[in-house]
Amino acid sequence: MGRMLAGLLGWVDARFPLSKLWNEHLAEYYAPKNFNFWYFFGSLALLVLVIQIVTGIFLTMHYKPDAELAFGSVEYIMRDVDWGWLIRYMHSTGASAFFVVVYLHMFRALLYGSYKKPRELIWLFGMFIYLALMAEAFMGYLLPWGQMSYWGAQVIVNLFGAIPGFGPDLALWLRGDFVISDATLNRFFALHVIAVPLVLVFLVIAHIMALHEVGSNNPDGVEIKKLKGDDGIPLDGIPFHPYYTVKDIVGVVVFLFVFAVVMFFVPEMGGYFLEHANFIPADPLTTPEHIAPVWYFTPFYTVLRAVPDPFGGVVAMGLAVAILFVLPWIDRNPIKSVRYRSVLHKTNLILFAVVFIILGILGTKPATAELGEMAVRFSEAYFLFFIAMWFSSTRRSAKFGITTAVVLLGIVTLYDLSRVNPETQSLVLYGWFIPAAYIFVMFLLPVFTSLDEEKVVPERVTS
Amino acid sequence: MKRIVLIFLVVLFPAGAVSASAGGAQFDHAAVDVGNKASLQRGAKYFFNYCISCHSANFSRYNRIAADLGLSELQVEENFIFTDSTVRDHMSVAMRPKDAKEWFGTAPPDLTLVARAKGADWLYTYLRTFYLDEARPFGVNNLVLENASMPHVLWELQGLQRAVYKEAGEGHGEEGHGGGKPVLDHLELVQPGSMSPEQYDRAVLDLVNFMLYLSEPAQIVRTQIGIWVLSFLVLLFVVTYLLKKEYWKDIH
Repeated sequence: MGRMLAGLLGWVDARFPLSKLWNEHLAEYYAPKNFNFWYFFGSLALLVLVIQIVTGIFLTMHYKPDAELAFGSVEYIMRDVDWGWLIRYMHSTGASAFFVVVYLHMFRALLYGSYKKPRELIWLFGMFIYLALMAEAFMGYLLPWGQMSYWGAQVIVNLFGAIPGFGPDLALWLRGDFVISDATLNRFFALHVIAVPLVLVFLVIAHIMALHEVGSNNPDGVEIKKLKGDDGIPLDGIPFHPYYTVKDIVGVVVFLFVFAVVMFFVPEMGGYFLEHANFIPADPLTTPEHIAPVWYFTPFYTVLRAVPDPFGGVVAMGLAVAILFVLPWIDRNPIKSVRYRSVLHKTNLILFAVVFIILGILGTKPATAELGEMAVRFSEAYFLFFIAMWFSSTRRSAKFGITTAVVLLGIVTLYDLSRVNPETQSLVLYGWFIPAAYIFVMFLLPVFTSLDEEKVVPERVTS
Repeated sequence: MKRIVLIFLVVLFPAGAVSASAGGAQFDHAAVDVGNKASLQRGAKYFFNYCISCHSANFSRYNRIAADLGLSELQVEENFIFTDSTVRDHMSVAMRPKDAKEWFGTAPPDLTLVARAKGADWLYTYLRTFYLDEARPFGVNNLVLENASMPHVLWELQGLQRAVYKEAGEGHGEEGHGGGKPVLDHLELVQPGSMSPEQYDRAVLDLVNFMLYLSEPAQIVRTQIGIWVLSFLVLLFVVTYLLKKEYWKDIH
């Protein structure tokens, strides 16, 4: 039997690089031995992609992409299709889980500088995956044809209409109608089930190929390929298979546990994964009181709403996403891992995570004067993160630090002066302290303290 | 500074902010339990006697109700079906939408998913807060849904309530209630129904419980299956963790 299998493998290998692929990507792919908790999310993202594709295939067998039938067909899946409710909840929970996992995966890259040379392309492919994922999630959300599906799509497509000149025509072209309608539903279905998933899969392959070409980064940010043994194997490297396959399986089980808790016990997740208003069929004549996008879009939605001018808002939101693409060229510090960067850089990363979460929470709420002001301030903080990232690429002189702080504070203040009125002045004044504090910490503290001191990067990984 | 702290608190504790922003209306808590079959059966009785003549529940079938509530198809057919539908059909309504719109001003909404869209607390409060208002076509208004076009279908059970107002400014002394305008204080029963208030609350709770079940029939089995799945995953975790430890023994 064993000989027969070996013979079969030989036969295949003579015609297809099966053993070669297996060795290059698993059995002889040497990964650093010091991966920690943060390194689970890459393989988990792959798992969620598979879950989404498989459950998606079963959903398309019963779903009807027709404005008259769509809502009812989803309820048919929930009630009459055997285990349909399970498939549907796997898919809806999977959508949110995808973003949870991807956000953590991206934050890992921020922590350990995984986007830095020579991994810029991995980061770029990853960012395109993130963009494709946003498109995929947005179009998928229209399909249940509930009120939030409908009006969420209406709001987002109208954003394109805010572009001067060809904007309105572009929005019309996207919808295929003057409002979101059957035509829109049909094309979003086509894009959601075949076009974007194909792009996603190709991008994921490119992402992994690029990764395996240069090798994985690690929590110490040390290049393990620099120190190899006599056998040509990195001293700190271990074969991905079996070591990381067995380790990732543990991660998968823990992830599935959390996933199952949501899916079986709180599939709506209090209205964050499945919004309450989406259980009312789409009605073009009734606008819901409060239109909120699903949670994973809300940070950028807040940036959009922070600018009063519609086109300005679209630009700000576009910039908030686009700036992530050039991160490898903003952060020029040669030290990769946060472990050996300065206290201030650590602070910057933590602040960024907090700001991102607050922006997300703000995006789920109706815009009041106070919350609107907070949206402006935390959007400013969002962009300040990247400037601080660039600033801390190297040790700066005191003069440079003070100049940068003054210029930034000047820009923030000038913008405030342009928008303040007697009614909002105290709010604007209080809010001013948020970016001011951020600027003080990140640009002036290095002048007066040694909090920008960096540590020595070890030669080999620490376990 | 206080203000900044306040703003932070509002953002960091969304639960408090959500209830504060829900139009000021506080809903009574409905202690529902979809695992309680007797309650679901009583609720179904009220639902089919009082609701289904005007409202449809188009996404649900009669025989699914029978199966989930532990009733025979014959029982459902004899007690719950008042149209020429069969037990395999969807729970539609005989009224034509056009007529309904003429009679009520707006067509009665489908009730299959209303508990999911509005929440059990909303329904529970809504069905208990009809009060007399001569300005409305059916003589009643509602605290939760102002100017609701639905008549108080359950009035025989609950009786009729009157709204009791108080002058703004007195009592709590809260600001922002519009100077001098009367503010609703509470509802007072002016004509008792066939049920005591406690019995009526219980009946509405059963009804809401049934409607909650109706909005997602799978929830009855979902949590039970969930326990098994989680137990399996715990076992699998132990096995996979030990496997990992075994393999990683030689890495240091």
